[in-house]
Amino acid sequence: MTVLNPAGWRPEMGERISAALEAPETVTGNRALHLEEPLLFEVGRMDHCGVDFDDVPGSPLAGLALRSAPVDLPGLSEPEAVRHYTRLSRQNYAIDLGLFPLGSCTMKHNPRLDEKVARMPGFADVHPLQPTATVQGALKVIDQLADWLVKLTGMAAVAMTPKAGAHGELCGLLAIRAALDARGDTRDVILVPESAHGTNPATAAFAGFKVEAIPATDDGRVDTAALIGKLGPHVAGVMITNPNTCGLFERDLKTIADAVHAAGGYVYCDGANFNAIVGRVRPGDLGVDAMHINLHKTFSTPHGGGGPGAGPVVLSEALAPFAPLPFVKPGADGALRLVEEADGDTDAPQAFGRMCAFHGQMGMFSRALAYILSHGADGLAQASGDAVLNANYVLRRLEHVLHAPFGAAGPCMHEALFSDDGFAEGFATLDLAKGLIDEGYHPMTVYFPLVVHGAMLVEPTETESKADLDQFITAMESLGERARAGDPALKSAPHFAPRRRVDETRAARKPRLVWTEQGA
Amino acid sequence: MTRYFTADHEWIAVEGDTATVGITDYAQSQLGDITFVELPAVGASLGKGDSASVVDSVKAASDVYAPVSGAVTEVNPALEDAPELVNSAPEGEGWLWKMTLSDAGQLDGLMDEAAYAAYVAGL
Repeated sequence: MTVLNPAGWRPEMGERISAALEAPETVTGNRALHLEEPLLFEVGRMDHCGVDFDDVPGSPLAGLALRSAPVDLPGLSEPEAVRHYTRLSRQNYAIDLGLFPLGSCTMKHNPRLDEKVARMPGFADVHPLQPTATVQGALKVIDQLADWLVKLTGMAAVAMTPKAGAHGELCGLLAIRAALDARGDTRDVILVPESAHGTNPATAAFAGFKVEAIPATDDGRVDTAALIGKLGPHVAGVMITNPNTCGLFERDLKTIADAVHAAGGYVYCDGANFNAIVGRVRPGDLGVDAMHINLHKTFSTPHGGGGPGAGPVVLSEALAPFAPLPFVKPGADGALRLVEEADGDTDAPQAFGRMCAFHGQMGMFSRALAYILSHGADGLAQASGDAVLNANYVLRRLEHVLHAPFGAAGPCMHEALFSDDGFAEGFATLDLAKGLIDEGYHPMTVYFPLVVHGAMLVEPTETESKADLDQFITAMESLGERARAGDPALKSAPHFAPRRRVDETRAARKPRLVWTEQGA
Repeated sequence: MTRYFTADHEWIAVEGDTATVGITDYAQSQLGDITFVELPAVGASLGKGDSASVVDSVKAASDVYAPVSGAVTEVNPALEDAPELVNSAPEGEGWLWKMTLSDAGQLDGLMDEAAYAAYVAGL
């Protein structure tokens, strides 16, 4: 491994680390810059308040909604609160700290240019109820981004309002439902392959459809014959994830789409993995009728902290008339306007309704458009190519030590899939993942997809350099060899994290969700 | 009492015209530590192959399917506080629900203990 800090401690200086491990505990529990941080309730005190309030004589709430007992929230001063959260943030792992190989999540670098654009007051400070004449720039961003998404996917229209991937799935299925209703068709079955995202069957059920599963083939793809065999007058459509959750391209999508259309159904494509094919494949050419795009994965928006996301849905000619409200459209005077109502507006007589109160995630739109414009068409194609190249590099460099269930089936797309096959008795994917924490990485996605035993799904993304990938691969090789050899130290990893191996089972079975004072 | 097994790793022990259903030892070993079991409602009418229960483990949430058609007569009350019984005694104290059999002929399509052991050995 590259020696990053030749003057500092190195693994071959074994005595020093063992000496460190035998060092006495510190009085504070801190270990140099690793600060032991109590809970907020243990920092503050219930009878303290961080702010001086004036006494309020009487209260208009007395006898109505006024609390009779204290609310028991800890009182902290501003520096106490700031330090608490800053210390916690230092125990966190983030994409700005290092490679974040979480498969299916696309944890790539967020260009600072996009962040700068999103913070421009004209985008960041607008209110959804402002008169449209005062937000023409923001509307133009939505309109231009919509145009790019339609062009990149080869589709007819796009619904910009869905707030994330699964919300987009719901939007697509409601459009399919509306199209079926418009022709008086009551078909109610959605076919979902095992290689699809787990949200797909949940969305279909939530939208009122019955779900039928389609098995996967031995090479990790949809069983096309089984799917076509299930088609009939009761099938409203299929939901296919492409590239799928095994990180593989569904080669038969066009064949499947043609068969589904011939049987009177529609094709929903889960586009969460669109980042692997942008600029190279247009889903519209494959017969897709609706597909959501996770702007927060493919077009650079931060989502490691839980959002916000944005899941615009591109629609085919067949579904475009049913797109939800509102949407942006140029008016007769050239100014952009919002089509808000189905009634009395001839622009959207068949719109199925709306997905949310307003116009979508403005902060995501401005980031995504900045990403697209700064990359350009050639840059977008290169980004997806590099994402696929990086994943294949990881796959081929590691398949000698980690079993790659679909490695023989050819190249993968944007993520490399491994299993725990070949580990010593008693050693599992979880042990390798915990070992990766000691090596300074956030673990990869584990135990997903479900079709692979002890799955490890690694998505390096295009933003990692070869040097960074090589270091990650070296760590993974070492951990794979330790898991095969049954190294007992791996069973108790992590050793160097602020907390050792936590009891995840007990945490799930007997969760303590409410803080109670120790000894109380 | 005769015990039958499904390809989805449920077992069903039949006694007269009622039966007890659970998941097999192989199933619990694959799922890992079980953290929660969602059971069907007593009185619910199940069709063969219907999703009747959900078993959550540290790895995944998995559906448990009704091996035969019938109505739920009782669910295992111990699992609410001790879902780990499904790990420690999957084919005993960790049973999931009891049900009536609306068509005993459906049992013919299931595996016996020897056939299931051979099926698991081949996985």
